[in-house]
Amino acid sequence: MLIDVTIIVIKVLAVIGLVMPLAGILGWIERKGSALIHDRVGANRASILGFSGAGLVNTMVADPIKFITKEDIIPRGADRLLHTLAPCINLLPVLIAFAVLPFGDVLIVGDREINLQVAPLGVGVMYLLAMMSLGVYGVVLGGWASNNRWALLGGIRGSAQMISYELPMGLAIVSMILTYNTLDLQEMARAQGELLWGWLPAWGILYQPVAFVIFLIAGIAESKRIPFDLPESESELISGYFTEYSGVKHLMFFMTDFVEVIIVSGMITTLFFGGWQVPYLSATGFEFPGDTAIALPHLLVVVLQIAAFTIKTVFFCWFQIMIRWTVPRFRYDQLMQLGWLGLLPLGFVNIIATALMILATQD
Amino acid sequence: MSPYVFFPLAATIIAFALGVVLNRHPIRSALCLAVTLFLLAVVFVFLDAHLVAALQIIVYAGAILVLFLFVIMLLNLEADVPLKRRRNMTLAASTVGVIFAAATLRPLFFGAGELPGIGLEAPVDAAFGSAEAIGHRLFTHFVLPFEITSVLLLVAVLGAVVLAKKRMG
Amino acid sequence: MIPEISWTILLPTLLVTGTGFAVLLADLATTGPEKDGLGWIGIVGLVVTAIASAALWNTQASGFDGTIVLDRYALFFNVVFCLAAALTLLMSMDYLGTIGLRSGEYYAIVLFATAGMFLMAAANDLIVLFLGLETMSIAAYVLAGIWRPDLRSSEAAMKYFLLGAFATGFLLFGIAMLYGAFGTTTLTTITAEIGPSADLQRTLAFGGVALLIAGFGFKIAAVPFHAWAPDVYEGSPTSVTAFMAAGVKAAAFAAFVRIFMHTFAELAVDWRPVLALLAVVTMTVGNLAALKQTNIKRMLAYSSIAHAGYLLVGMVAADSLGGAAVLYYLLAYGLMNTGAFAVVIALGKRGEPNESLDDYDSVGLRHPALGLCMTVFMLSLAGIPALAGFTGKFYLFSAAVGQGYAWLAIIGVLNSVVSMYYYGGVLMRMFMAEDGKDVQGTTHRPYLTATLIVTTVGTVALGIFPSWAFELALGAFQSLG
Repeated sequence: MLIDVTIIVIKVLAVIGLVMPLAGILGWIERKGSALIHDRVGANRASILGFSGAGLVNTMVADPIKFITKEDIIPRGADRLLHTLAPCINLLPVLIAFAVLPFGDVLIVGDREINLQVAPLGVGVMYLLAMMSLGVYGVVLGGWASNNRWALLGGIRGSAQMISYELPMGLAIVSMILTYNTLDLQEMARAQGELLWGWLPAWGILYQPVAFVIFLIAGIAESKRIPFDLPESESELISGYFTEYSGVKHLMFFMTDFVEVIIVSGMITTLFFGGWQVPYLSATGFEFPGDTAIALPHLLVVVLQIAAFTIKTVFFCWFQIMIRWTVPRFRYDQLMQLGWLGLLPLGFVNIIATALMILATQD
Repeated sequence: MSPYVFFPLAATIIAFALGVVLNRHPIRSALCLAVTLFLLAVVFVFLDAHLVAALQIIVYAGAILVLFLFVIMLLNLEADVPLKRRRNMTLAASTVGVIFAAATLRPLFFGAGELPGIGLEAPVDAAFGSAEAIGHRLFTHFVLPFEITSVLLLVAVLGAVVLAKKRMG
Repeated sequence: MIPEISWTILLPTLLVTGTGFAVLLADLATTGPEKDGLGWIGIVGLVVTAIASAALWNTQASGFDGTIVLDRYALFFNVVFCLAAALTLLMSMDYLGTIGLRSGEYYAIVLFATAGMFLMAAANDLIVLFLGLETMSIAAYVLAGIWRPDLRSSEAAMKYFLLGAFATGFLLFGIAMLYGAFGTTTLTTITAEIGPSADLQRTLAFGGVALLIAGFGFKIAAVPFHAWAPDVYEGSPTSVTAFMAAGVKAAAFAAFVRIFMHTFAELAVDWRPVLALLAVVTMTVGNLAALKQTNIKRMLAYSSIAHAGYLLVGMVAADSLGGAAVLYYLLAYGLMNTGAFAVVIALGKRGEPNESLDDYDSVGLRHPALGLCMTVFMLSLAGIPALAGFTGKFYLFSAAVGQGYAWLAIIGVLNSVVSMYYYGGVLMRMFMAEDGKDVQGTTHRPYLTATLIVTTVGTVALGIFPSWAFELALGAFQSLG
């Protein structure tokens, strides 16, 4: 019993230890990457003993120190309790959503099989949707508790946008549930290890390209990144719903942005790109079509799987950041129309088509 | 679910439910309600009803309550000024409340024997509360209510549009 | 694997819902004055449904794993609902033009409400009952508020919705307690389980029964759950009020009677005194409050409350005579009350609803046909012999006497005498007052005239030849279980 708890704690620490630094690194990629795209230098002032690491020291050391040591200002007339609660409520659901993402298959230590997923829920996908739904509270409260009508406007815009795009995201997930016939994310990842026609890894994107597109767009809209960042539109609302936050609270809001990028990438990886699956890698080693096999020790297989998951997730994080600095912002009515009149009917049609195809190919 | 888990959880839920009723500011009431619903989902998880817990959060805490918050924010409701107390109303309401509570709690304290049901700590089989089990039951025994619900939703959407749309011409 | 679909059992509900869809689709293709055609689609659909229900008269089937039944009880109520809805649609085709309501969805919502009513009457499962109730209720809330320019309509919808939501909450709580007591929501299983149930189960069941009484009591506008009725009846468009008084009340009683007089028959010794008390209070408060009203719609609302009291008397006599009396009275009441509201519509014209009692002065002298119809309805509601109201009350009170509740019957008769005062008051104004307002009456309103003719003839016919209807009601009630 104690060993079980310890293992779970280690898994939690591993996941958090992976996610939080990654959020920081994503901040660096964003600033330096955007500088490269804009053909400018970017942040490079801070350095330790002359080492500035292309802005890494600036973003990952100087900025957090700056945020933590800044004065915490609560505007006059704002609800003090809610002002302090809002960033916490914002960060909590996206962090605990990582509990159901599988980052490997099973790790066999001695006679114990450890499932490399923090919470092996039978209804894993629903849990993800639930955490996405809870994410709206932070935005609403952040906007409301600032006693600032522009922040309120940003908060209302943000929550309306998040609610609107939860629906297409849910529909894309439903088509994946239909395809894999399970709600468990680990089962979905495992099912993507099969080979179509003997040689093609049966990743989700091959079965459901439309759902992938819908999910990607909806995911970017959920995390309120450009091109959907009207709640935070810098040219209009300064910082939208987190204008009135300073210091650690601002850091938490900022971090939530990046953690959401990571969770959306993680979901895309698990649902559509095989999760921890390396093509042709099974539990005993590589098994190429044509009956060649390379046996590998179990620990190496596990490390390869975890690495595959990490690389895929980081790739999609990078992809979202690239999109951010390339595409201009949507207008609000365009955004709503895309969600309700574009993605939603498309999602429904996709589900119906999937269901019909499953019915047709069933024996 | 052991009683040591249930009773503290239930006490917390009741505390937050009282917060909903007694809070003067509507936003704080709505937030207390959100916490109450979230904790109810936790109770469901302890009762092995995982899907219902997820649905509770998605639908109730994640959609309906956000709607509440929206409306409160858009109407810009301020903290309530308490109405002048009317003694008759307070007396009548308290009497009814006490009677109701007594009637509801009587089986617990004066009933000889167990309440019907399987009890807090009864074991259930592994498929209990899973999506498969619920889906199966939904499409065999409860298929008629399932279909009626679609008509009900149609009526609700139709009614909402009829009542709220801008008049043409 | 796939459950069996019993098309026969669903046929009436499907027909009505299908008619609703047809109206919705036709609404897309019509504009303005052609909306009358939508009413005709609805009426044709309802007539077909009523004929189908009558053709199925001898079925006794249960389907969908026991969640719904089709017996004569459900079919009898199907015909009552079709009648109420068809008369409402007929009236509305003239009335909506008068008040300037150009909404095609109105007809569709009435039809969907009727579908909900069908489900309430045929439900063998508490969840199906709840869903039917909600479908009907939400449609009714929308219909109450559908005349948006009028503030009273919006007020009526608000009040109905808020209080109705509370009542639904109580109903659901009761259903949850019953589920906790018996482990199932199917009514037939509950009936079987009540006999051998343990003490503690019964206590839980009593809680459920009490909350169910609260929930249903709201829907039938019994005292002390009646506070919504006068405002809602007054504020809604008059045709909607007629629908509520005839259809919604009948549906609520259909479910109420099935659950209490059949499922909880063994617990009768417990709920009979409660319902008797409710009946007394309802009749008394309803009649006394109606005496002081100056608005005809409010007066008819309080009279509706009082009639719910009379119907509760029939429920207290928990045997087949009582049940059949309730069913018969619901049919008769539907006819005469709809007719009364049709007269109310007839007096109004665009911009002047003419709902105050003063507006009835000398109307009978200037529009004798209208006066005759109103006479029939008012006397029938009061319980004068040779009209439907009298025979209905006779059956109700004699059933109560037969079960040993003579005191209840006496109170009922006394209340009828009291009600004579305000019903007669209207008639006196119509025929004996002078210099009244100029009202449009039934000129240029063919549909309204048709409604008045149907209801008047129906009320008189049921009064003179009640036995065939009563036999049908008796057969319907005895088909329960």
